[in-house]
Amino acid sequence: MYIFQHLLLSFLAAAAFGIIFNAPKTSLIQSGFVGMLGWIIYILFTMNGADAVNATLIASFVIAVASQVFAKLYRTPIIIFIVAGIIPLVPGGMAYDAMRNFVENDYNIALALAAKAFLISGAIAMGIVFSEVINQLIRKTAIIKKN
Amino acid sequence: MEKKQVVYDIMEVCLLAGKIMLQSGAETYRVEDTMERIARAFGVREAHCFVTPTGIIFSIESTEPTKTKLVRITERTTDLHKVALVNGVSRRITNGELDIENAFRALTEVEESQLTYSTTIQILAAAIASGCFLIMFNGSWIDFLPACITGGIGFTSVMYFHRVVPIKFFSEFIGSIIIGILSFLFVHMGIGVELDKIIIGSVMPLVPGLLLTNAVRDLMAGHLVSGISKGAEALLTAFAIGSGIAVVLSFL
Repeated sequence: MYIFQHLLLSFLAAAAFGIIFNAPKTSLIQSGFVGMLGWIIYILFTMNGADAVNATLIASFVIAVASQVFAKLYRTPIIIFIVAGIIPLVPGGMAYDAMRNFVENDYNIALALAAKAFLISGAIAMGIVFSEVINQLIRKTAIIKKN
Repeated sequence: MEKKQVVYDIMEVCLLAGKIMLQSGAETYRVEDTMERIARAFGVREAHCFVTPTGIIFSIESTEPTKTKLVRITERTTDLHKVALVNGVSRRITNGELDIENAFRALTEVEESQLTYSTTIQILAAAIASGCFLIMFNGSWIDFLPACITGGIGFTSVMYFHRVVPIKFFSEFIGSIIIGILSFLFVHMGIGVELDKIIIGSVMPLVPGLLLTNAVRDLMAGHLVSGISKGAEALLTAFAIGSGIAVVLSFL
């Protein structure tokens, strides 16, 4: 039930973000699906005791791969799918907690939380980079095979 | 004389395509790629372009002296639909389905087309997204409605203030202050329960996700200038949201 609730809500949230960014109507369902996929992977990993940074890395990698597949299938720019998927992973909650502690003059906790939020942002970037690397490798090997 | 005219037309088409894409929030490398593709499809042997978030420099080599044009980009919005449309036009050009005149007409149509969704629908989407994020971040269903309302009002006020004072940082700052005050009021009146969760959920529609992804993808593609400046813009937005909430929290 818990998982089902997350599936539904993350799908809705990602599709809503598609509307905020004026994505084409036909690609809303796909971007919702990408968002759902990424979030469910993140939730499953963190529920089973994985670190938030690792979970974010894997989730953003899967999001980027799925977006690439959709971009190829529907011949639309990849950015439309990838953005909707990435948004739920952005460490908004952690950044908020960090700031709250800064305001309350609790600098030690605040700095620790801020560093964590920074690491998670880095993990998102690394996930996108990895998938791009794999994409390029596949393209290169395809060209070599053709020759 | 005839030849000269043709070269300038190709440049117009390329620059228009690039301008629309850049204004709608496409990645820099995609803009350059599209412009070079269009130029090549029209038989230009060598074309160079330099794209930054604030301008495009494009030059075409031919038998005559090199021709260069500069387009300044002052306003940037997010409209992924236009990016997809221009992408489609450029695909048709490379397939040879459009000549220069028709391509120019198609691109002008794209430029003049309205947003896909009305403002009301966008605000509703922001409200729903806020509610969904609240539950996704382990909030309780009691806070669902307050988060929807604050998220919607926050998004609206950012849009409104951006129209009044076109300084992005300021409108986001004011928007997050309004979100903070509203969430506090909801909790104070007993309609909402967890202040933190409501604020986090309703701030999500303002998060610079597109800028962040674009910055990473541009940096990867080697567009260091664009990547860094987009990253700086994202950081500035995050800072605006953070300081707006911090102002409210420090008065509680």
